[in-house]
Amino acid sequence: MKLRLIRRDSASRLAMFTAPVLALVLTCVASLVLFSALGKDAGAALHALLLKPFLSWYSFSEVLLKMAPLLLIAQGLAIGFRANVFNIGAEGQFIVGALCASALPVYFPDGNFPMMLPAMIAFGALGGTVYALIAAALRTRFGASEILVTLMMALIAVQILNYLLLGPWKDPRGFNFPQTVMFPDNAMLPILFDGTRTNISLIFSLLASVFAYLMMQHHFRGYQLRTAGLAPRAALYAGFSAPRMVWLGLGLGGLAAGIAGASEVAGPLGQLQRSVTSGYGYAAIIVAYVGGLNPLGIIASSFLISVIYIGGDSATVSAGLPVAAVEVFQGLLLFFYLLTFTLIRFRIEIDRKVTA
Amino acid sequence: MSQPALLRLAKVSKRYGSVQANHEIDLEVHSGSIHAVLGENGAGKSTLMKLIYGVEQPDAGKIHWNGQEVHFARPSDAQSLGIGMVFQHFSLFETLSVVQNVSLMVPGKPAELAQKITDLGDQFGLSVDPHAMVHRLSVGERQRVEIIRCLLLNPKLLILDEPTSVLPPQSVRRLFETLRKLQADGMAILFISHKLDEIRELCETASVLRGGEVTGRVDPREHDARSLAQLMIGREMPNVAHAAPRPPGEERLRLNALSHPRASRFGTTLEDIDLKLRSGEIVGIAGISGNGQQELAALISGETRAQEPGMIEIMGKKVGQLGPMARRKLGFAFVPEERLGRGAVPEMSLADNSLLTAHSRSMLSRGFIRRSVERAFTRECIDAFDVRTPGPDAEAGAMSGGNLQKFILGREIMLSPDLMLVSQPTWGVDIGAATAIRRRLLDMRDQGCAILVISEEMDELFEMCSKLHVLHKGQLSAALDAADTTPQEIGRYMIGAVT
Repeated sequence: MKLRLIRRDSASRLAMFTAPVLALVLTCVASLVLFSALGKDAGAALHALLLKPFLSWYSFSEVLLKMAPLLLIAQGLAIGFRANVFNIGAEGQFIVGALCASALPVYFPDGNFPMMLPAMIAFGALGGTVYALIAAALRTRFGASEILVTLMMALIAVQILNYLLLGPWKDPRGFNFPQTVMFPDNAMLPILFDGTRTNISLIFSLLASVFAYLMMQHHFRGYQLRTAGLAPRAALYAGFSAPRMVWLGLGLGGLAAGIAGASEVAGPLGQLQRSVTSGYGYAAIIVAYVGGLNPLGIIASSFLISVIYIGGDSATVSAGLPVAAVEVFQGLLLFFYLLTFTLIRFRIEIDRKVTA
Repeated sequence: MSQPALLRLAKVSKRYGSVQANHEIDLEVHSGSIHAVLGENGAGKSTLMKLIYGVEQPDAGKIHWNGQEVHFARPSDAQSLGIGMVFQHFSLFETLSVVQNVSLMVPGKPAELAQKITDLGDQFGLSVDPHAMVHRLSVGERQRVEIIRCLLLNPKLLILDEPTSVLPPQSVRRLFETLRKLQADGMAILFISHKLDEIRELCETASVLRGGEVTGRVDPREHDARSLAQLMIGREMPNVAHAAPRPPGEERLRLNALSHPRASRFGTTLEDIDLKLRSGEIVGIAGISGNGQQELAALISGETRAQEPGMIEIMGKKVGQLGPMARRKLGFAFVPEERLGRGAVPEMSLADNSLLTAHSRSMLSRGFIRRSVERAFTRECIDAFDVRTPGPDAEAGAMSGGNLQKFILGREIMLSPDLMLVSQPTWGVDIGAATAIRRRLLDMRDQGCAILVISEEMDELFEMCSKLHVLHKGQLSAALDAADTTPQEIGRYMIGAVT
């Protein structure tokens, strides 16, 4: 007996919406079993994981805070992914964006620099873009795989960060902690809702989503990128420049990650510190794919992933779940999502065996 | 025919999803006979062969071998009973020698196999050097290797799937001699083709397939090509009568000593190619695929850049190093031989596939796609070129080869080009669609378009072209006047007997 996946003629819209719901239900069932086996109160754990983020305004605002960088980076990455340009090192571009933005408040700690905040965002954007474009240059000129180059450059970025925090940029009155001075007020992003940490970087992310949607679904440039990804030889036939797709795909990914990095230091951190390498750049890859690389889908997926991050934090505290169990929960959710999504696109056919 | 048939199919059916590929097929093949299966592309010939060879299993019906009912779960079951098959697309490893390829399927020591290959070659006119590397062999020689490999397994029935589609006329003759010798030796042969003349020459019985059903069992020698075609396509053959071409006008395309090194070991280096093409004429490039056809097409379209700008001139401009878009702006259009993945994006709708090359037809406003223009263009193309599809939203990948070809050709023609390159216009296209495609190209010529056609189908080239070149091992022959030359002469160029 042989199992085969056969592509369905069309996937219904209803099914597209039932997939995430079904995935959530399956995840809950599997985690109930898992958490009970660990001897924990499974009901309380699920409550903390899935409901707590919505039960207080503050925890919900934390979801939005987390969502901002994930959404922004994922939108940028998805543009490249649609064109088969695989920028895996958004984490590096995020760090370089944070570094470049931090340079201004580090050298002007009193805040006497005109247009401090806009300049920081611009520096961050520029830094992230240039850092990603190094990979584009190596790919178009020497054919070096952008997957490897961006990934390795992410490791380099971490070391640059370490060097600066342990050396020239270390706060002289910081008790030798590897962090810079606290940023002046005019280097900080305005808070969106009083009493929370959610800042206007969420607006940046939503604007980026609108931009990505218009470009990828309605602009000829987006069409060219999609063509390059789906059928590279058709793009060549039509005369769409392949190197330009690489520059564009990596450049926009780096730009988004750079702005996100700048927003992180000018937002919740308020200074440059080691914890800026929090893995947003890697998580955004998952966000982009769970969102089906579709700009609207990515808004939903970034929200979902943020909820389970925040929920995971509270579950370790209130239900005493080990961190590993929370990670298993997150993995299960992705697994079941991919499973249900595959079953919507494909049906399973069983070959009958005919014997002699 | 008193003895029982070697192979008998009784009401065999096979369905793929919503497509009934074979419906209650009856077929008998006797030892010592050559039986033809005749049908258009998509008539169910390939499916039928897969059922006989055990690649697929029938949903209903019975297969009898020497009077005994049999079931084939896989090709090796069919092989063990004595069924051999030569596929349309060869399955040889190019980096191995002939005898190495043979030894992958046939047990025995290489030295013995080499001797057997030589012996069989002498006996049936299949001479080939057992120690030659396959990538150095001509298409005809590769086919001989495939046949020898089957013969070494002592088959009683040999199936040949469109064996002549890749051969020059001279090699076809030689293949037929071999098949007649095998027939005299008592072998049963199942010969699949859509070429009527060949079947009339070679076979004494023929089953005609149309829409998955047998529509006739005839002696092809007693029918003329016209009535066979009628059985095959179910209606009168469209009459092909064309106005004589008017004298050609100004020069639109010129290749000046175009040379280009091959990109890989299995590519072809183009050497010193000269060609002129003027408005109002169709020039054909004959030759077997793999002799530089793909390389030449990519150089003319701009997908590959030439080494010197002056090697290619379009509308009198040196375009050798311009990209495809720049060449299209000069009035160039191109129908490539691969439809899916090159001429069209399989996962996109037809409307979005219009945009691929027709974006200059006011489909963009400040770079944003004007969906209404895109859809109107697509609908017009579907109507004007008889593309059978649910509509502009249908995915290109879901269409049959012939329909997609009509769509791509229609899209390129609707750009009203001054110069067109069409590569293998009717590959895998049924007779009805092929006739329509050729008529469209002739209409374009009459409107003053300059057209270059690259094709393996000699009949097609003679029908349309006023001048012919032959591409062989990367070299292009001088222009031959189509009225003064014969398929045999073209064939001699195709195998390199003349240069």
